[in-house]
Amino acid sequence: MEEVDVEPTTTPIPGIDFTQKHLGFVWGPGDILVYETKYGATGAASVDQGCPFVHVVRKDEDIYSPILRKLFNESHHIFVGLQKIKEDVPSKNKKSQFVSISKNYRSVIRACMEELQQVAVSTRDATLATQYGNQVSILLAVELIWNLCEVLFIEAAPAGALQLHLLDWVRLHKADVDEKAREVLQSESPAEHPAYWDVAISYVLQGRTDEARQVLVKQASLQPAARLMFKLLDSLLMKMPVYNPGGNQTLTEFDVKWRHWREECDRCLQDNSFASNRHLEAICKILVGDEDTLLEYKELLGTWYHFLVTRLLYSHPTVKPTELHYYAQSSMDMFLETRSGPEPLDSILLAAFEFDIHQVIKDCSIALNNWWFVAHLTDLLDHCKLLQSHNLHFGSNLREFLLLEYGAGLFTHHSLWQLAVGYFDHCPEFGRVYLELQIERVPLDSERKALKVLRICEERQMAEQVRSICKIMAKRALRNDRLGSALSWSIRAKDAAFATLISERFLQDYCTPAPSYREFHKLYGDKRFVEAATLLLSLMTAKIAPQSFWMTLLTDALPLLEQKQVIFSADQTYELMHCLEELTAGKTIPNTDHPMQDEDVEVTKVELLRLALARNLAQAIVKEGTVDG
Amino acid sequence: MFVARSIAADHKDLIHDVSYDFHGRRMATCSSDQSVKVWDKSEAGEWNCTASWKTHSGSVWRVTWAHPEFGQVLASCSFDRTAAVWEEIVGESNDKQRGQSHWIKRTTLVDSRTSVTDVKFAPKHMGLMLTTCSADGVVRIYEAPDVMNLSQWSLQHEISCKLSCSCISWNPSSSRAHPPMIAVGSDDSSVTYAGKVQIYEYNENTRKYAKVETLMTVTDPVHDIAFAPNLGRSFHVLAIATKDVRIFKLIPLRAETASLASPTRLEVQIVAQFDNHNSQVWRVSWNITSTLLASSGDDGCVRLWKANYMGNWKCTGILKGDGSPVNGSAGQSGALTAGGGTGALANQGSLNGTSAGRKAAQLVPGVM
Repeated sequence: MEEVDVEPTTTPIPGIDFTQKHLGFVWGPGDILVYETKYGATGAASVDQGCPFVHVVRKDEDIYSPILRKLFNESHHIFVGLQKIKEDVPSKNKKSQFVSISKNYRSVIRACMEELQQVAVSTRDATLATQYGNQVSILLAVELIWNLCEVLFIEAAPAGALQLHLLDWVRLHKADVDEKAREVLQSESPAEHPAYWDVAISYVLQGRTDEARQVLVKQASLQPAARLMFKLLDSLLMKMPVYNPGGNQTLTEFDVKWRHWREECDRCLQDNSFASNRHLEAICKILVGDEDTLLEYKELLGTWYHFLVTRLLYSHPTVKPTELHYYAQSSMDMFLETRSGPEPLDSILLAAFEFDIHQVIKDCSIALNNWWFVAHLTDLLDHCKLLQSHNLHFGSNLREFLLLEYGAGLFTHHSLWQLAVGYFDHCPEFGRVYLELQIERVPLDSERKALKVLRICEERQMAEQVRSICKIMAKRALRNDRLGSALSWSIRAKDAAFATLISERFLQDYCTPAPSYREFHKLYGDKRFVEAATLLLSLMTAKIAPQSFWMTLLTDALPLLEQKQVIFSADQTYELMHCLEELTAGKTIPNTDHPMQDEDVEVTKVELLRLALARNLAQAIVKEGTVDG
Repeated sequence: MFVARSIAADHKDLIHDVSYDFHGRRMATCSSDQSVKVWDKSEAGEWNCTASWKTHSGSVWRVTWAHPEFGQVLASCSFDRTAAVWEEIVGESNDKQRGQSHWIKRTTLVDSRTSVTDVKFAPKHMGLMLTTCSADGVVRIYEAPDVMNLSQWSLQHEISCKLSCSCISWNPSSSRAHPPMIAVGSDDSSVTYAGKVQIYEYNENTRKYAKVETLMTVTDPVHDIAFAPNLGRSFHVLAIATKDVRIFKLIPLRAETASLASPTRLEVQIVAQFDNHNSQVWRVSWNITSTLLASSGDDGCVRLWKANYMGNWKCTGILKGDGSPVNGSAGQSGALTAGGGTGALANQGSLNGTSAGRKAAQLVPGVM
């Protein structure tokens, strides 16, 4: 495949001297920052101020237009629906589904276009109006291309029906005829309106014979002398055969009928039936497909592809898809003046008529500034299995490549990024990795946004991203001294070490004892010593209280140990001793936030505890031995 | 592309590095004026300087952010032979009202005897680790064993590269199949024949970094080096800034008698080579999904490179200083936005056949 050589665009950066300095840069989300610098500097202070600016360079993206945002939102729904079409549906039924999806995409474009048109008219800001106007013309072109692709590739109409579809295509995109017709017909004397013949001929050029006849009647009534001539043309127009794909007429039968009709038109020209009225004669010449006459109406045709379709209508109504490219190329050559080469739109349409899908996609990618169009169209064509049948061995890669590009673009937007998730989900090769890379970069501005991002990750079993987001949120909450939030985020991150750390901070900073600790004090106050002792012990052995809190708990045990009656059993005493040893032996838990206040006090406390525990153990053994014995 | 905004950085000397934080809401700048500045992006997209302080006693070459899992942490390296770690602390309320934040120095790493030329945090799955390289040819890997206490850093590894080092890049792959890997570039011009890019890999058994490859074809000074995000592939992609831009593919070859003790052997393939900068290339960097590579060179341009779906690399955009004075002293010049945006759209209009040349319509799509 030949590569179109495209020169990269150069973006000027103001104030930076490119001859003496370097341009430093850094990638950002959706932008790139650049600044003046000098690489390879030695380190000596240069006191060289240069350009003191950091410039934010952005791609000209239309995702920031609020109206186009609707286009992105609604096409996302259609896209997701398309992905749900089952593989096992018979391909015949699928075709109608694909055509209707294609039409849905186009109606979204149309709705968007109309809205843009309205705001373009109503805005008072001239720059904005131009901007909207430009967007409208881009969407017009996009819809025109899409519609043609729909006719040629998705509908894939055979000879006969093909011509009808092409006529519809031209009629839809050359709708100004109707406007002009309204104007003419509503005027006081339509037949004398300067645009009268333009309207009549435009109708004929679009094969709208009934409407043409209605217009011509106005003139006929004004020229009683030419009544017969008008009647003759009227009958020719009325008799013009139109192929009906659903009917029982075969294409060959239609062709025979059509040839008879054309011969009749031709005879009328031969015997100069319309010689006295140049307009009627011109119409008749159009009916026989006279190319020179058609080209005289370049202005009314407007485009070479209108010329093509009219030419086919009156010369080759049973054109086969495979013959299209020949007529398209010659029509373009005949219609366009030699001095001006084809515009990008012309090349794209020509490539479509040549059934070169790949070229259409490629040229569109180059000519358009957004991946919206190529991504969605390529995806649809891929579902229609058209990329494979055209022997593009990289078919599905092309689809994925374009969807990923489109999705990555959406991800730079503060709200559209959520749409991108749906596109990445349907890219089997790299979609998942792209999503992982992009989603963890979504700024977690609020807890609500964090939860939203988290839900997307959880639904897709993205464990590492879930952990990371929770960890970031926990860390942030801790920094801001929101310990409750920090604790719940770290539990969600399944980060036991961090959760423990936070709970310790909780107890230390707030000195609000945990409920069970409060319960202990209540029992103690009520002199229910045995219960109090059991609870105290369980706070440690069940690891309910963090280790840094154990010293407080053990100190609380002291008065219980000092009671006259034995409260802690021998087993319990052993456990208490074990806790004390565990606490004093390793000092495993980092205790930076709560440094030892005074080493001596601590040592004394431990000594006292050991003594009390030993004494209690002795008493307990004696007591237990006595009772049991 | 267009300049959407210009920020008056207000450094008193050359800016050497600008670094975005992980989420792209903050950035840090560093300069020969020995300071680092931190900038925060407002809802409206404006950048406000929220901290500015003297960090070193020499030019600050590079500044970089730790992953936000470790908090708000920066590292800087300097001509003064040190690297430093900075942490933002939540300040007093009147600071917050003034929109200012406090950064305190957690540690100074003083092991280098020469200018510290690059500083990078290791990928987050390795924990909180910081790497420096210096002109004396040593790469140092430090670790903060307790992430709650950033004042304790222990020097875990010292890799002697024998050549003056200019840049380092960690392989970002978190796959278990890929042991930690670091690439080191050298701008040593005293040795002309040696390969200037070395690849080191961590060995589980010896618990040391061992050299697994030297890119022998790269013999000119290397100024920057960058691993691409891995995208779940089995191979690695490495971009190099030397006398041109080069992209290499590093394919790990598992020996049949693969034991953990034996280092990975790499097959090295060159994927692309661009000499459009005409002379030295100083920086290379990948975007998030590694679909685009940017490079900066002696031609004073930043060039953007992109591979199409066939894997062919092309220059898709150029940023170039125009030498003209910046209009407006306020810095955040909004007028530039409208102008640039409209111009680009006008170009697009020619698709509809309404405006002039074809060339104008051939906009390069998807630059970012």
